Amino acid sequence: MPSNLLSGWGWLKQIGLLLLLLSSAAMAVEDVVSFSDESLRPRYQQLLEELRCPKCQNQNLADSNSAISQDLRAEVQRLLEQQLTDAEIKEYLKNRYSEFILYRPEVNRATWFLWAAPVLLVLLGVSIVLRLSRRKQSSDPEAAVKSVRSVDQQQRLDELLNSHKRGSE
Amino acid sequence: MNRPTLFIPFALCLALGAFLFFSLGKDPLDLPSALVGEPFPEFALEELHEPERQLSTDDFDGQVLLVNVWATWCFACRIEHPWLNSLAEQGVAIVGLNYKDHRKLAQDWLRERGDPYQFSIFDPRGVLGIDLGVYGAPETYLVDAEGIIRHRRVGVVDERVWNEEFRDLYQQLMDDANAE
Amino acid sequence: MIAEYGHMALIVALCLSIAQTIVPMVGSFAGYRTWMRLGHSLAIGQLVFVAISFACLTAAFLQDDFSLQYVANNSNTLLPTQFKISAVWGAHEGSLLLWALILAVWSAAVALFSSHLPLVLSSRVLSILGAISVGFGLFILLTSNPFARILPFSPTEGGDLNPLLQDFGLIVHPPMLYMGYVGFSVAFAFAVAALIGGQFDSAWARWARPWINSAWVFLTIGITLGSWWAYYELGWGGWWFWDPVENASLMPWLVGTALVHSISVTEKRGAFRSWTLLLAILAFSLSLLGTFLVRSGVLTSVHAFANDPERGIFILAFLGIVVGSSLLLFALRGPVVQRQKGDTEVVSYSGLSREMVLLLNNVLLVSAMAMILIGTLYPLIADVLDLGKISVGPPYFNFFFVPMSLGLMVAMGFAVFSRWKKTDAQMLRQKGMVPFLISLSGALILPLFLAESISWKSYSMTAVITLGAALWVVTMSLEDLWQKLDRGSAKAGSKVKNITKLPGSYWGMQVAHIGIAVCALGVGLSSVYDVQKDVRMVPGDRVEVAGYEFTFDSLDFVQGPNFGASRGQISAYKNDRLVAVLYPEKRKYEARNQVMTEAALDAGLTRDLYVSLGEPLKGDAWAIRLHVKPFVRCIWLGGLMIGLGGLLSVMDKRYRRRRKPSTHSVPQSSATKAAAQ
Repeated sequence: MPSNLLSGWGWLKQIGLLLLLLSSAAMAVEDVVSFSDESLRPRYQQLLEELRCPKCQNQNLADSNSAISQDLRAEVQRLLEQQLTDAEIKEYLKNRYSEFILYRPEVNRATWFLWAAPVLLVLLGVSIVLRLSRRKQSSDPEAAVKSVRSVDQQQRLDELLNSHKRGSE
Repeated sequence: MNRPTLFIPFALCLALGAFLFFSLGKDPLDLPSALVGEPFPEFALEELHEPERQLSTDDFDGQVLLVNVWATWCFACRIEHPWLNSLAEQGVAIVGLNYKDHRKLAQDWLRERGDPYQFSIFDPRGVLGIDLGVYGAPETYLVDAEGIIRHRRVGVVDERVWNEEFRDLYQQLMDDANAE
Repeated sequence: MIAEYGHMALIVALCLSIAQTIVPMVGSFAGYRTWMRLGHSLAIGQLVFVAISFACLTAAFLQDDFSLQYVANNSNTLLPTQFKISAVWGAHEGSLLLWALILAVWSAAVALFSSHLPLVLSSRVLSILGAISVGFGLFILLTSNPFARILPFSPTEGGDLNPLLQDFGLIVHPPMLYMGYVGFSVAFAFAVAALIGGQFDSAWARWARPWINSAWVFLTIGITLGSWWAYYELGWGGWWFWDPVENASLMPWLVGTALVHSISVTEKRGAFRSWTLLLAILAFSLSLLGTFLVRSGVLTSVHAFANDPERGIFILAFLGIVVGSSLLLFALRGPVVQRQKGDTEVVSYSGLSREMVLLLNNVLLVSAMAMILIGTLYPLIADVLDLGKISVGPPYFNFFFVPMSLGLMVAMGFAVFSRWKKTDAQMLRQKGMVPFLISLSGALILPLFLAESISWKSYSMTAVITLGAALWVVTMSLEDLWQKLDRGSAKAGSKVKNITKLPGSYWGMQVAHIGIAVCALGVGLSSVYDVQKDVRMVPGDRVEVAGYEFTFDSLDFVQGPNFGASRGQISAYKNDRLVAVLYPEKRKYEARNQVMTEAALDAGLTRDLYVSLGEPLKGDAWAIRLHVKPFVRCIWLGGLMIGLGGLLSVMDKRYRRRRKPSTHSVPQSSATKAAAQ
């Protein structure tokens, strides 16, 4: 039972760390974790980055070194070894630590605006640009086309001559 | 842009200002428990003093009780301990959850400072701690006669906190339990 | 005594800023020229006194005057001298004093370099800057006095500076960032002055533009430095955490970037007037909002060094007055500004034109800002509305920010080629063809060679997209440059001649755009090809990470000035050749009993080796984190290029030539006239 061995060893480590951790706000994490199947490691890393340390200021489980983060990392590892899916692991932790620990908030009654707003904003913005663009195109196409060459050359001239003329606008 | 459109930024600014004003008094780290209203999680752990005795939620025995998460390495636990002692004297049922600790140290600690607990659950690896969503000690849970968690306090429970957060709820739960 | 002088100087500065607010503004309405001109002298006087105050605080730090609360909290006799100086702005009170100092510097700069502006405009700008100074002066004196004493029982030793901040990065990062934040106050003041006066045209844009661009340059460099600092100092190997404090600096930057583009339209074409004004107000408002978020404690942040709701109320009130009143003014006076008396024609541009592409750029930038604002504040709003405590973190921000940035980069490629008024779609298609093919093929082929080994397994779609977008920006930019140089004559010598003829703002645009591409490459490639290993090592162990072999040579204890450290020696080899010897440390700072991870890194253009010490494990073993981060340096190189681009644009000759301000009702002073001719 490798997982048993590991958690026994982790326990010893944690007692030692607790003393160290009381005052530490921000440190790196250097956990040495082994998996029965290496394909779990990227998932482990990804999960740690999407889960928030509940006790810290604003750190994910991967970066935080608080005692609770160490425990939760071990828990995530244990659950991965039990073949739970990422969603199940998040659900498991959410049921215990509330939505607060999810850095990627779920879409629900409380968060629909959060997820919809950026999309709506971009759509609104782009539709304004398009509408303006279409209106401009239809309103006075001829004038715009006629003036284009001369304006373009004027522009070029301005740029090259450092726009002496525009001083007197 | 027409006139009303120009007022949009101002209106948004007012709304934002209102939110910011109301958020000022809130503590961003004051987390709710996911377990309030939920049954106390099942567990099977040893008793602190009697390693051969296996504890489970059955040992709560249908009482209204406090579950107090503590450890010898936790400084704040020393501060709240005298109040827990006096609560126990007043007849409040308290169960200890010794969290990520050494058995010997914990036994000595209770011998020195008095033992307010009916019994103490020994959880050296924090297994029950995770199921409860504990993220530090001390924490205190109020459990009703049906074994449902009704309130959670992260941090010290002293006389003031007891009066503000626990007393009335505890009394009401006791009345409910006695009425049945 | 020196602290009392500092305190007095600050009070005098406050009085001067009150005068600076009132006198020139009244003068501008009453037409008193001396009153208006007095604003310039007051601004310079204010700078002198804030500088004296700042110097006094610095002196208190250098003398270890622990009878000052602020010094006692943030310094220590053992603290090295350079950190005693940077400790001046290491915490709340001092960082506000730095803010006030920088505001005074900008105001004085406006006073000194505005002789070519109409006096009415410059005096109003100074008056508005003065009003902001009043707010900050009151804030410092009433809630956050750095000169407060602990008497009669002052400590003999100080509590030391937060170890995170004992670093070169903190010496340079905050002043740069503040130069940017506060610099937008000038843009803000110009905008409000325009709204008050009702005069807003190309001339205004030309006057305001160098100020806006330089503030933007400082902010760009400040953010770049901050990201670099977080990378090597926090010890996690990350360089951007979407932390509220970081977001607080990115939001004004995004709006500032939109402003830099929009004002170019206003200057050259007289269009987008109210939009430009709004952006100028927003950029500074977001800077203030950032201050509020950092200082009030409403959001949890890794960087929240000083939190206090009382101060929060003060800043919020200040924020409300400044932002609220300016936006109200904008709503009321906006219509006046949109149509100017001098306008001979309605500004016209076609559906496909540089104006439109820049509008699209503005829409995307402002949407990105709004997304970050919503994401940052949502937990707080949800809490107020009792929707529960939620967290919004990097997964959310990346989810939206990455596609928005890609959209921006696509538009950026076209923008270089687009022409004012009307762009021929056919021409764009033609010009875009070669760059499109180059970027497409580059994006598809290069990822094969970038991974550790050539295999489909490591073939990354993220890398394809990143490379595609970056190559697109670069090739479009270069093609345009090539054609500009080619213009006029086919002779070989004329190209070189043409280089000198292209204006600084054109070079600025090119360098900044290519900087964006470089930065994007760094972001994309380092995230795809980053290899990280957390290993347990005892001295003598060897481990291979991404083609590099790391040996843990030894572990020593070293004593620093105010800390003790376990220092590992780790050698990195590639193909059995020694590449670097790294010394990561685990420091324990005595005064605060705080443990810090000091990562060690070997920097290179194509890859960084990054090593940090974890925890001591059983026996001699240590947990050690080894990183190989390809192209991560490009992130900051790109950031610096963006800043450099802005700088080139600021130095464009046309802003240095003083010209006669026209279309203005108030007669000019003889000095301005002389300068203009």
